[in-house]
Amino acid sequence: MKSKWWIIGLAIALLLAIISPIASQFPDGLDRFAEDNNFGDQANEPAFTVIPDYSFPGVSNDATATIIAGVLGTLILFGFAFGLASLLKSKNEA
Amino acid sequence: MHIPDGFLSAPVAAATGVVAVAAIAVAVKETNKKMGEKQVPMMGVLAAFIFAAQMLNFPVAGGTSGHFIGAALAAILLGPWATVLILSSVLVVQCLIFQDGGLLALGANITNMGIIAGFSSYYIYKGIDILFKDNKAGKLVGAGVGAWVSVVLASLFCAAELSISGTSPWAIAVPAMGGVHMLIGVGEGLITVAVLSLIMATRADLLKLQIA
Repeated sequence: MKSKWWIIGLAIALLLAIISPIASQFPDGLDRFAEDNNFGDQANEPAFTVIPDYSFPGVSNDATATIIAGVLGTLILFGFAFGLASLLKSKNEA
Repeated sequence: MHIPDGFLSAPVAAATGVVAVAAIAVAVKETNKKMGEKQVPMMGVLAAFIFAAQMLNFPVAGGTSGHFIGAALAAILLGPWATVLILSSVLVVQCLIFQDGGLLALGANITNMGIIAGFSSYYIYKGIDILFKDNKAGKLVGAGVGAWVSVVLASLFCAAELSISGTSPWAIAVPAMGGVHMLIGVGEGLITVAVLSLIMATRADLLKLQIA
């Protein structure tokens, strides 16, 4: 069976989301720089939160919460960008 | 490298916001011309892959991590204007749903990780590809170098924005941000080359989808 290439691409992305709990917990380059130079606490709390810190709220197991957040985000972005591109394509044909 | 709210002054946030909106408007016009059957799923897969890969922080020196940006990979596969749309999609979703990157800093984040990283890597990739007379090695070298430069350049723009905002002095921000991102950029280069090699080995025709 020959699957469509983009289904395999999406599957690879979902696999990355599923293994995302293994990600390094160290602050990234910018966050580290902000902490080292004492302006990290200047960061404002967001006005609202949906899935903060890539952790689905209400799930007690940290790894599971991260995986749900990651899989959701991956699917949302696939749908969003696919939809945007479809819209641009149809405008193109009109 | 997602800037949260509170790090940028209002003028810097506004100026980068204008740059981002203008770039997205041009990107819509440019990609609209050549968007075809195969580019649509590639846009979706790239946005999904970049989001997921950005979650996978990898450790670099001294208790610091870095993460893939993906602008170089997108620019190589679909071109810089499509990259602006893809990275903007990722950054908007990260900001609104995952509270990663500030709402007022969204313009700066799109400018650094979408526009600067996308265009710099695209032209470096193209230039090296031409130098190597369009062979496989040239594409991989171009992808690696382009990806590395894209991260370092994006970090320097980020440092400049922090410095103009009065958050951190120029003389501290530029070497500190540039230095650590010279390491993080190596990760970006390795991932970009690995993904490109995989595509070359399995579906080389997908390298011919560049639209704008």
